Amino acid sequence: MTTETHETDVIIIGAGPCGLFAVFELGLLGLKTHLVDILDRAGGQCAELYPEKPIYDIPAIPMCTGQELTDRLMEQTKAFDPVFHFQEMAEGLRKLDDDRWELTTDQGTKIVAHVIVIAAGGGSFVPKKPHLEGLAEYEDTSVFYAVRKIDAFAGKRIVIAGGGDSALDWALNLQPVAEKVTLVHHRDGFRAAPASVDAMHALVDAGKMEFKIAQLAGVNGDGAKMTSVRVKSKTDGESDVPADALLPFFGLTMKLGPIADFGLNLNENLIPVDTEKFETSIPSIFAIGDINTYPGKLKLILSGFHEAALMSQAAFLVCRPGERLRFQYTTSSSDLQKKLGVR
Amino acid sequence: MKVHITDLDGNTKEVEGTIGWTLMEVIRDGGMPIKAECGGACACATCHVYVDEEWLDQTGERTEEEEDMIDLALDVQDGSRLACQIELSEAHDGLKVTLARDAVL
Repeated sequence: MTTETHETDVIIIGAGPCGLFAVFELGLLGLKTHLVDILDRAGGQCAELYPEKPIYDIPAIPMCTGQELTDRLMEQTKAFDPVFHFQEMAEGLRKLDDDRWELTTDQGTKIVAHVIVIAAGGGSFVPKKPHLEGLAEYEDTSVFYAVRKIDAFAGKRIVIAGGGDSALDWALNLQPVAEKVTLVHHRDGFRAAPASVDAMHALVDAGKMEFKIAQLAGVNGDGAKMTSVRVKSKTDGESDVPADALLPFFGLTMKLGPIADFGLNLNENLIPVDTEKFETSIPSIFAIGDINTYPGKLKLILSGFHEAALMSQAAFLVCRPGERLRFQYTTSSSDLQKKLGVR
Repeated sequence: MKVHITDLDGNTKEVEGTIGWTLMEVIRDGGMPIKAECGGACACATCHVYVDEEWLDQTGERTEEEEDMIDLALDVQDGSRLACQIELSEAHDGLKVTLARDAVL
């Protein structure tokens, strides 16, 4: 846990395309930004869900991939030196006596700013959890969705479920320290990289790992400690695999998370905003991109870009009360060109 | 054309289908809960449905890309499909599917 406190003009929750473009628009107005994102890199859904898929509807870019769009936005915002807090989830928000906001993350980081911009898309990416009775009881004691320290699994009997790169990589990496690794996957085919699959098969052939074509069916234990994982197979029915740890790797899904407790009006997990400033029901908290809703809303990246530009004008007036908002073009303004570092 | 969608509570709703749309779009347009987080790019597995056994022939095989993506689905069954990968045609009039839990929760 860190206890550092940062000060800035605007905190952006979410470093997807809309959050990144907000850095640019706010930056042109001279406003500094910090971004908080649960992922370990920028790009949001573009980076997590479809980095290699093509996007054809970004104005003036006939085609780019999700990753290319992210890379270009990172380049475009570089001059404004945004500060990124990756792998942190925005958790708490409170108003300070001087009317600024203090945002706290799940890692203990505190950021103080005049304005909050929620650009959180479909919410936080969190691990997809198997729907098994009693599973939650063993979370963080026997059931883990990430490996923080390999040593913690030394000498343990581990069941790893899934067929993607996370499942295969951790099966391979934990095998040398674990007493036993059992990989459970619903088919004898994997979305994971072929080299990892080959390495797994080699260990299975050498008797150093077990692979079951099966699915998770349940967990057994005394409530405090898990003792075995129940699996079901089409051919062999259900059986119990003695285990100290279960690591399910079924990718990520999006959940609104602690933003739901910020006190904002919500409409089916979306945040209603006006279409002049894209401000929420709480003054100086704005919402842009897929997470907001208003009459006529289209969930398109280009809509989020427009929303970022209009939001920034309103955010300026909050951050710089009494100052005149000067409307300028990047083509002709030497002031903007200086901010962009091109003059 | 109509498609019949069963939710997690076992209630079945008849939804208006449109030829050329994907099953995911029709379910979403019909007001049923379906996450479909990637918006139909076969890049997540949150439009996971179970096609009724009697409709498996008409809906055909999973593509290789879809098969890989279903590795991230929970509770995979023989009829497991990603609804964004089923494009509706005349042959699907009356199609019956059940939403998987990971498409909703």
